[in-house]
Amino acid sequence: MEIIKKFKAPLIIALLFLLLAFLLPEIATRSAAVSLSYFKEMALVLPPVFMLMGLLEVWVPKEKIRQLIGRESGIKGMFFSFLMGTLPTGPLYMAFPMAGALLNKGARVSNIVIFLGVWAAIKIPQLIAETEFLGLQFTALRFILTLTAVIIIGLIMERLVKTTDMPTMIEQK
Amino acid sequence: MTTIVIYVLLAILLALSIIKDRQKTRQAFMVAVKAIWKMAPGLLAIIGVVGLILGVLPPETIAQLVGSEAGFTATITAALIGAITLIPALISFPLAASLLRSGATITTIAAFITTLVMVGFVTAPLEIKALGKKFTLLRNGLSLLAALLIALTMGVIL
Repeated sequence: MEIIKKFKAPLIIALLFLLLAFLLPEIATRSAAVSLSYFKEMALVLPPVFMLMGLLEVWVPKEKIRQLIGRESGIKGMFFSFLMGTLPTGPLYMAFPMAGALLNKGARVSNIVIFLGVWAAIKIPQLIAETEFLGLQFTALRFILTLTAVIIIGLIMERLVKTTDMPTMIEQK
Repeated sequence: MTTIVIYVLLAILLALSIIKDRQKTRQAFMVAVKAIWKMAPGLLAIIGVVGLILGVLPPETIAQLVGSEAGFTATITAALIGAITLIPALISFPLAASLLRSGATITTIAAFITTLVMVGFVTAPLEIKALGKKFTLLRNGLSLLAALLIALTMGVIL
C-alpha cells in the first residue's frame, strides 16, 4: 500500500498511457517510443551518477567542499563551479542529485546555481553542436549572455534561499 | 561517449575506494541506493510525461507552432514550448536551424533554445526533491525571465 502511494504519480501516468492506447493509438505509440528511449538513457546513466554521488558523500570531507565552492571561495569557487558544469553532458535532471549533495556539504548557493546553469546551457559538447548548426556568432553571444545571467541569478538566489530551505536526500546520522 | 566516460571514471574511483576502505565503499553504495529509491517515482513520472508531451507535440508540430512568423507572440510561444518540453539539445539545434531558414527570427530561436535548456517544468518535481521548492521556483522563474532578456538582446545585436 505504501509503495502504491509512493509511486502514485507514475501509476497515474501509466493509466493515461493505457487510455491513450485505446483512444489515440497513433499518439500512444509515438509517446511509448519516446518514453522508452528516455528510460534506456536513464537506466544507463543514472546508476553510475548516483554511485558517484555516494562516493562523494562518503569520501570528500565537508571542509574540502567548503574550501572549494563554499561561502568564502570567491571568484575561485565560481570558476571551479563553472568548470564542473562544462565537462559533462546529459540532461539537467541528472545534475540535481549531485547539486543537492554538494549543497549538503556546504557549497555556496550561488555556485550551485552556476554549476546547474552551465551544465544546462553552456557545456562544451553542446556548444560544439550549436556552432555547427547556428554559427559561431550566435553561439558565442548566447554563451556570454547566458553566463552573465547565470551568475546574476546565482547571486540573487543566494540572498533569497537559505540552506535550511533545502531538503536532504541523504539521511543524516 | 559520455556514458563511457562516466563508467570509466566510476570504475577507477570505485576501485580506489574498495582498496582503501571496504566499509566506506559499502556505505557509499547504500547512500546511492537510498537516493535512487527516493527519486524513483519522480524519475518514472518524468519519463512518462516527456513521452506524452513529445507524442502529442513531435518536433514537426513544434516547428509549426513556433512557426516562421516574426513578432513578440512567436517569441513568447517559443519560450513557453522550450520551457515545457524536454528535447535533447543535439536534436534542438538542427530543429532551430531549420526554423531559422524558414523565417523565424533570431530572438525566437534564442528564446526557444535558452528556455529549453534552462527551464524545466517537467523536471521540476525532481528538482524540488533534490533542492527544495523555493530553490526550484526561483531558479526556473528567473531563468525564464533571463531567457527572454537574452533572446531580446540577441535579436537586437545579431
